[in-house]
Amino acid sequence: MLVTLRVRRFNPETDLEPRFQEYTVDVPEHFTVLDALITIRERIDGTLAFRYSCRMAICGACGMRINGLAGLACKTALRSALNDGTVTLEPMGNMPVAKDLVVNMEPFWHHLRTVRPYIEPHPARIGPQNEYRISPELVDELSEVVRCIMCGACFSDCTVDEIDINFLGPAALARAGWLVRDPRDSRAADRLRELSKPHGIWDCTRCFFCVQVCPKDVKPMEQILRLRRLAVEAGITDNNGARHTQAFVDSVKETGWLDEFTLVPKSWGWNPVALLPELPTAVRMLVRKRAPSPVHPRQPGVDEVRNLFEKTERKRSVKDDA
Amino acid sequence: MAMEKIAGKLGLELVGLEGAACTGAGVLQERDPGLADTLNARTLAMAERLGLPVLTICSTCQGVFSGTLYRLNRDPVWRARINEKLADLGYTYKGTARAAHLLWVLVEDIGLDRLRELVVRPLRGLKVAAFYGCYILRPSWVVGTDEKPERLKYLEKVVRVLGAEPVEFPGEYKCCGFPILTTNRRNSLMMAGTHLTDARRRGADLMVTPCPLYQPEAVKYRDPNVRLPVLHLPQLLGLAFGFSPKELRLDRHVVSVLPALERLSLKV
Ligand code: SF4
Ligand code: SF4
Ligand code: FES
Repeated sequence: MLVTLRVRRFNPETDLEPRFQEYTVDVPEHFTVLDALITIRERIDGTLAFRYSCRMAICGACGMRINGLAGLACKTALRSALNDGTVTLEPMGNMPVAKDLVVNMEPFWHHLRTVRPYIEPHPARIGPQNEYRISPELVDELSEVVRCIMCGACFSDCTVDEIDINFLGPAALARAGWLVRDPRDSRAADRLRELSKPHGIWDCTRCFFCVQVCPKDVKPMEQILRLRRLAVEAGITDNNGARHTQAFVDSVKETGWLDEFTLVPKSWGWNPVALLPELPTAVRMLVRKRAPSPVHPRQPGVDEVRNLFEKTERKRSVKDDA
Repeated sequence: MAMEKIAGKLGLELVGLEGAACTGAGVLQERDPGLADTLNARTLAMAERLGLPVLTICSTCQGVFSGTLYRLNRDPVWRARINEKLADLGYTYKGTARAAHLLWVLVEDIGLDRLRELVVRPLRGLKVAAFYGCYILRPSWVVGTDEKPERLKYLEKVVRVLGAEPVEFPGEYKCCGFPILTTNRRNSLMMAGTHLTDARRRGADLMVTPCPLYQPEAVKYRDPNVRLPVLHLPQLLGLAFGFSPKELRLDRHVVSVLPALERLSLKV
């Protein structure tokens, strides 16, 4: 199979600007993107820089942008990535390029260190005489995050880090989301307070990029949203993020709808800013020639919505699930 | 409302879902995913009962419905649990509902050929930047862009059929920043502003989006050098279908689209 790899090349020590270079190689159909890169380096151009180690989606070294989205070169089948026989490869974003497809991941590691990514047991409980209990369900939940291989793909494509590199970012926050719920860790409350500060959990825009690109299905955004829930439940609500969510939830509960006239002032806590037009027009029905059937003649909507809210609230006290 | 105006032309009859709840726009989901799915399952069950698909004109609501459908249709245990809570209200979600964004309906149900016939005022000469909005794009396995990657280019296709010229810019698939407007205003406006500036630099006269969240976001970015009007998709369709800017409420926009239209003598 004849394929062309369009590779963004840049050596900060000698080049003024990045440029694209095209390599055309003949490779077997079953090759991964990484296999093709290795072939190029062996046969065509020994100066092409990229990073890898395990070649089996375990070490997290081969992260790069493949056709514009971050992913692992060793986990991406070349065939699936081809557009008219070409695949475009670029270094990951939000991190400085060391050379060609290799980035310096220091910003990523820096944020990871900030969240203290290790279990910190209570000093009195260290030692073989102490054991910790954990339910199989929680093990399943936590393993979603444990399987993170620190490849940096999520951080590369995070839309908030792109404009504010101080944002802790998806992987570090996902990691913190694990530790907060791990029974062996003793700092859950402190962690939640730290994570609720600026650059933490409330700065995520819920853009889904990290969920989309994570090669290990860690779903970092979902972990962040869970942390928000846990922070609010722990009573850490003195920030605009928590207030905004509460105002939104109250509005849907009371009116069945989003009352943007109170939402914004409520979430600012003090500053009534402009109203948001048009949001309530969000849902409309599409029909093919049929009259509306009189299902709800008396508009019971709001009562029903409240009923569902209350059911959940009652249940919450028994067990935290749907 | 622009949507009500254009629906007739498109051959769509709109039926309001009386008593339907807000989708939660991802915010309710973050507080309580189970409750959010229950509320949306109720809305979907209502539509199912009418035998009608749900039409959305908001990327965010579409994403929320797609997510709910993805979980309910794939996980019988989850569906049973949700239905249990809906039971005493008299609803059951059966698994047949469909929720589709106007953009998808335009291309997949109505068809670009039919759309072309409806254009009475081609937007010739107008350069339009397309901005999709997160929830209609990601995750691709939930919103169907895995099976239909062509959905990533629908907006450009529609723009072309309306007679205008699509303008590419790097932020097309990114986030507008709206969800953090109250938490981190600086970051939020920086996101919106970057897209507006990029699109303007590439020559766009206006931006069109299937996500109404971007409009209020964009007007808050007050850089006098970057006055790029943002139109909701139904408004752009309305213009091409011959409605007056006033009828489409374009006269009320903070960043006016009228000069661009006048320049092209599109004003009527
Ligand atoms: S969802 Fe949040 S953490 Fe994930 S990429 Fe978007 S902004 Fe970043
Ligand atoms: S969360 Fe996923 S994308 Fe992010 S570093 Fe871990 S494995 Fe990579
Ligand atoms: S080489 Fe190890 S993850 Fe790709």
